[in-house]
Amino acid sequence: MRDKINIGYGQGFWGDSILGPVRLVNEGPLDYLALDYLAEVTMSIMQKLKGRNPEAGYATDFVQMLDRTLPAIHEKGIKVIANAGGVNADGCLKAVLDLARKKGIKGLKVGVIEGDDILSRIPELANGGHAMANMDDGRPLSEIQDKLLSANAYIGAFSVAECLAAGAQIVIAGRVTDPALVGGPMIHEFGWSPEDYDKLAASTVAGHIAECGAQCTGGNYTNWRDVKDFVRIGYPVIEGQSDGTFVVTKHEGTGGMVTRNTVVSQLLYEMGDPNRYLGPDCAADFTSAKVEEIGTDRVRVSGVKGAAPTDTYKVSLSYQNGYKAVGQLTVAGPDAIEKAKLCADIVWGRLAFDGCEFTDDEKMVEFVGAGVTHAGILETTEPPEVVMRLGVKSDNKAKVNRFGSEVVPLVTSGPPGVTGFAGGRPKATDIVGYWPALLDKSQVQTRVRVEES
Amino acid sequence: MAKVKLSEFAMARSGDKGDGSNVGIFVTNEADYEFLKRELTVERVRKHFEKICFGEITRFEAPNILALNFLLRDSLGGGGSESLKTDAQGKTHGLGLLEMEVDR
Repeated sequence: MRDKINIGYGQGFWGDSILGPVRLVNEGPLDYLALDYLAEVTMSIMQKLKGRNPEAGYATDFVQMLDRTLPAIHEKGIKVIANAGGVNADGCLKAVLDLARKKGIKGLKVGVIEGDDILSRIPELANGGHAMANMDDGRPLSEIQDKLLSANAYIGAFSVAECLAAGAQIVIAGRVTDPALVGGPMIHEFGWSPEDYDKLAASTVAGHIAECGAQCTGGNYTNWRDVKDFVRIGYPVIEGQSDGTFVVTKHEGTGGMVTRNTVVSQLLYEMGDPNRYLGPDCAADFTSAKVEEIGTDRVRVSGVKGAAPTDTYKVSLSYQNGYKAVGQLTVAGPDAIEKAKLCADIVWGRLAFDGCEFTDDEKMVEFVGAGVTHAGILETTEPPEVVMRLGVKSDNKAKVNRFGSEVVPLVTSGPPGVTGFAGGRPKATDIVGYWPALLDKSQVQTRVRVEES
Repeated sequence: MAKVKLSEFAMARSGDKGDGSNVGIFVTNEADYEFLKRELTVERVRKHFEKICFGEITRFEAPNILALNFLLRDSLGGGGSESLKTDAQGKTHGLGLLEMEVDR
């Protein structure tokens, strides 16, 4: 059993740069590579893809990344933990094994964690007295049950550790929590028990700091002028110790920086009550963490306290909730804002004239460049140009598309200086509703399986 | 006393929480933290974001990292895939808070 391991976090979200993991593997020492490919709406997209093609439904980015890194990962013995399985971990497993065979790599052990996907069991669970009411507003599940697109429980770090213990070098999970991608290796290597709440909480804090990749190494940092070499920004490496203490760092010679301030910034990201950050394995107290700089690009975090988790899993359901479309045009000055306001009124007016009306709640108007992101805080009255963004949402798809056809005509039938319609007509796309709920842990059984190339 | 922007001595990060956002703000010394705790009341933050946040605001303290965390409900025009807004995830709300002017 080891007392120290290095875990790199190479992917902060679905769509992050492939350079993160590639450079973590190639440019410094690494025991583990953790990768997050899932966001709240990702599962619904993957269910749709799987509906069209039973072999799809996982993060293909992960396989593309391995196409560039698998030989080095295999040679160096780096273990990989990714929630790339989406709603088809088995499909992802097959794709990775195929890739390994194609590259002539024999004996690569690839494991999957299954059991988080509860979509097909929702009727049975609901009939069995598991309410799964909306956690935010208390609405009953019956309101959306016939429109469900996906349903997954947030699995903890012990299933990741179990898959590693079964011999997997590559662990493919579905909906495990982001911090579990870091906690799993620590549990496996350090032999932590489910009652080691302080240590589990420390791994949760470590995972939270690393889970958005470069957002703890200088990305999205307030004092951005202090950040050197964004081009070659290093992704985070967590040096974990068996007592739960860890150091946040990055590979030597990479860009960006790790300081008390970059780490504290990320501690605050998507934070609720910092006294009680609830996960499947423990409740972590973020106000107990001691954060100190101990060297260049080295920040130590210690003293984290944790408590027992609840007996429920958070489950994330998504459902079809109507349609939306957004279109934009650029309006040049002089009088850019005044003309853009007129343009918006023309669109709503022409639609109403044709019997297509939207309520205020269904409409969105923005004049980007005049003070949109900082509405009421930083605004300007005479910008040289503005981007007019108009959007609608409705349960009626035809109505949303009717809106889409009435934006571009402004170029020739509105005030002068309207341009930038290269994107063409905006089209109706699905609105995916998000439904967070709780489910008794006894109702979710995870299982792991390992196969070899 | 002079008017200064929070950005002159504080840093921030924000992101989405359901249909709302969280705005974390922190400083680098105890004196600044005491000032921040005193000045940055929920009422003050509500007024500052009156054209952005239309729901309840809750404030949490994290003295170990000299930080305050504000939860802003109904600040994203729906949140997630429902929102039509440019900043559907509240990623800019932190910089918005740092624009606040205070007397020091």
